[in-house]
Amino acid sequence: MAEKKVATKKDTEPKIGVYVCHCGSNIAGTVDVPQVVEFAKGLPAVAIAREYKFMCSDPGQSMIKDDIKQLGLNRVVVASCSPLLHEPTFRHAIQEAGLNPYLFEMANIREHCSWTTEDHGEATEKAKALVSAAVKRIYLHQPLEVREVPVNPNTLIVGGGIAGIQAALEIADAGHKVYLVEKDPSIGGHMIQFDKTFPTLDCSACILTPKMTSAGSHPNIELMTYSEVEEIAGFIGSFKAKIRKKAKFVDESKCNGCGVCIEKCPWKADSEFDLGLSQRKAIYTPFPQAVPNIPVIDKESCAYFLKGKCRACEKFCEREAIDFEQQDKIVEIDVGNIIITTGYDPFDPTPIIKYGYGKFPNVVTGLEFERICNSVGPTGGKIVLKDGSEPKSIAIIHCVGSRDENYHKYCSRVCCMYALKYSHLIKEKTKADVYQMYIDMRCFGKGYEEFYQRLSDEGVTFIRGKPAEVTDRAISEEEKGKLIVVGEDSLLGTVIRVPVDMVILCIALEARADAKNVAQLFSISQGADAFFIERHPKLDPVATMTDGVFIAGCCQGPKDIPDTVAQASAAAARVLALISKGKVELEATVAVIDEEKCSGCRICNLLCPYNAIDFIEEEEVSRINDALCKGCGTCVAACPSAAITHKHFTTEEIMAEIEGVLV
Amino acid sequence: MAKLKLALYWASSCGGCEIAQLQIGDKILKLAEVADIVFWPVAIDAKYKDVEAMPEKSIDVCLFNGAIRTSEQEHMAKMLREKSKVLIAYGACAYGGGIPGLGNMFNRELIFERAYLETPSTDNKEKVLPQTKCKVPEGELTLPEFYDTVKTLGQTVDIDYVIPGCPPEARTTWLALEALIEGKLPPKGTVITHNAKAVCDDCPKKRDVKKVKKFYRTFEIMPDPEICLLEQGLLCAGIATRGGCEAPCPQANMPCTGCYGPVDGVIDQGAHFLSAVASVIDSNDPDEIQRIIDGIYDPVGTFYRYSLPDSLLRRAKIK
Repeated sequence: MAEKKVATKKDTEPKIGVYVCHCGSNIAGTVDVPQVVEFAKGLPAVAIAREYKFMCSDPGQSMIKDDIKQLGLNRVVVASCSPLLHEPTFRHAIQEAGLNPYLFEMANIREHCSWTTEDHGEATEKAKALVSAAVKRIYLHQPLEVREVPVNPNTLIVGGGIAGIQAALEIADAGHKVYLVEKDPSIGGHMIQFDKTFPTLDCSACILTPKMTSAGSHPNIELMTYSEVEEIAGFIGSFKAKIRKKAKFVDESKCNGCGVCIEKCPWKADSEFDLGLSQRKAIYTPFPQAVPNIPVIDKESCAYFLKGKCRACEKFCEREAIDFEQQDKIVEIDVGNIIITTGYDPFDPTPIIKYGYGKFPNVVTGLEFERICNSVGPTGGKIVLKDGSEPKSIAIIHCVGSRDENYHKYCSRVCCMYALKYSHLIKEKTKADVYQMYIDMRCFGKGYEEFYQRLSDEGVTFIRGKPAEVTDRAISEEEKGKLIVVGEDSLLGTVIRVPVDMVILCIALEARADAKNVAQLFSISQGADAFFIERHPKLDPVATMTDGVFIAGCCQGPKDIPDTVAQASAAAARVLALISKGKVELEATVAVIDEEKCSGCRICNLLCPYNAIDFIEEEEVSRINDALCKGCGTCVAACPSAAITHKHFTTEEIMAEIEGVLV
Repeated sequence: MAKLKLALYWASSCGGCEIAQLQIGDKILKLAEVADIVFWPVAIDAKYKDVEAMPEKSIDVCLFNGAIRTSEQEHMAKMLREKSKVLIAYGACAYGGGIPGLGNMFNRELIFERAYLETPSTDNKEKVLPQTKCKVPEGELTLPEFYDTVKTLGQTVDIDYVIPGCPPEARTTWLALEALIEGKLPPKGTVITHNAKAVCDDCPKKRDVKKVKKFYRTFEIMPDPEICLLEQGLLCAGIATRGGCEAPCPQANMPCTGCYGPVDGVIDQGAHFLSAVASVIDSNDPDEIQRIIDGIYDPVGTFYRYSLPDSLLRRAKIK
């Protein structure tokens, strides 16, 4: 059956207007726009074809609207940029002129053509082909009705670092419910591990703990610590999340956080919070100011779980809050929006063997140094070597794992500044000489350059050049017993050897090891560097390609605290805007099953990422829940008997588009 | 009422369609009451000139089986189109290209080499291959040209209806003949079957959601007779194949091979079958997925068994 029927049930014959945009010289510099316009005029059902410098501008849009009214156009093709950028603009324009927004098609002759094709002749031919495809396709377009759904005012925030806390407080203060999910026993994230913050040198805990406490006690915030999101279904306005609350073995409703259990617990393990530099008990809170102040039992180090004996904590707990029988609990919540603030992982420098991390005890990472400096840290805030003595000299190596072809090509954006901060702290607390070994000093933020200048005056030695190795092989008396940082001073053009007592590696910020799983869970994308991708790098920095899912903080890319807080506030503002609007429009481009054709083979049943497909046992057919369908097309492609149609992407429309492009 | 004039013809096919036509059993007597068979090479002697002599549109209905592989078949298809009021593609070969259509994985040269030179039972020292013309003392002999590419009947001439199947089930054949006899013809282009839905709708097996970890060939497992064969890892084409056959193959615990062709609206049966199968593979690990896919023996013969010439692919590209 070579000739397939073309479904064209229309009240009126299509009357198509084609508008070709110059985009300044972005398109017109490569594509011969007048030639494309002439070509378009010759295509079937095209009533008018025009060109304009900027179709997206007011005059450009008015041109289209006037033609719709005066010439009675009922279909509009704009050949310009990506629909991602301006499809909403033009849909809105034709809607204002009385046309259904789906009677519009965009031919992308910028990203897909003028920007990627150098030869002017070829680019013009390609632009014609794309216009032809759009015209052939739009001939078959049907008006579709946009659906509106209410927005559930509750918000899920995943990750209880500064970004999550900030966003949660802003939404909660506006009077809306927030579920703040954190996988660790306490909120606070990496920021609570830091000592001081650059460039103002505020104490990190001093500025963060009040926020943590507010988040912990806020009537509109439900903290779900020691919990992880397991499943997400639904869409903007009405997501359903399944959250696993890991067993703490402590009854939160009974525990008052007195801490006697921790005191009496005889078993220890390395402290995750102190990066293994100190020990914590088997029943523990990560740090004394933890929010919530409820301890958890670590099964891996608890004698009762390992050997069946002890239960010391239980004996001493007056409130009988210890519950060894507690199980993980799955909690289901309904939310309208989601903010992902899962942060970063510190880069593990062990693979960079030449720097000797793991081999030399006094080579430490930046984050470890934060703990060493911290007055409640493993050394009580004293900057000391592993043997307890005070270092006389310290080298700080920049860009460890960042700006490095072998690890991460990107700049981690915070290392220069925290390295400067360390210099200051070292100078404040010790008499040690400090060497900063940098590639470039990047001090770009507000007050950062000034901080750099200040440090330059504090007697810090700056050496430009990335060190080649850290070694303990002394070649002179002076080097004996020291760590020698060997490298090139690229300003002097000589090889240098700097003997020091301690080396701090300014490790990169990298995407979380489980970022891929998180991306899959929330249907968002990762870039080549594994950080989550925003909807637009400049104009839509906290939204994602999945409506209702926002990102903020370091999960989107390395950034400092001010930027993180700004992003978190931005994400909160976006969510609040959706809540106050109260409803969202959903694309009308959904899939429908023709029950006359569905054989009930059930191929599609498991495929829907939104759980929108139900199998109706009595009728032996599958059915799509219109409100849940996001129009992703997965089921359409899989249906072996073409019983599923994707509105706006019908087989006929796609085949017409292909035919059109093959002119 | 004047009797209907019926013609039956075969092109590139196996002869199974002729047997299938006789399978309508005693209904053939009813057919004989209302129709005269004017042309049927398998049963009635006739020459080209007899057909040539027939006036245009003098045949009421022609059931044409077989694909178009040679110039002679193309010639007969065109001639019978001219002579027939209603031309019906009968069987999978005329409809989608059928088994001969799998020859589109090769071309004439490769097929001749295989058939006349390479097969173990061939003794052809002079390497004689079929020629369209050959001079002998008595004069010139001719043979039809063997094309590189097999076409469907519909790709060669305009057809009115399709009776699908390899071969068509007797009930399907009779459904069409009954409509003809009663003059209740469906709209042109209709594929005539009892069921417009896929074979699954005919199949009595229990169907659940599908997750497949391994694909099997039929001799490798003994499937549970109660459960959908695809769920058990057998590549059953029933999901992608027009029903109406009453699913005899799955009911005999053999997977459907797709002979009734695609369901209405499907442009490429094999692609739809393939796409559906790809979507039920139960793994997210690329290596495991590759292993599972590697377990599919003869993909073209599985997904395009009866429809390669009618597919969007048409044929393999021979370098």
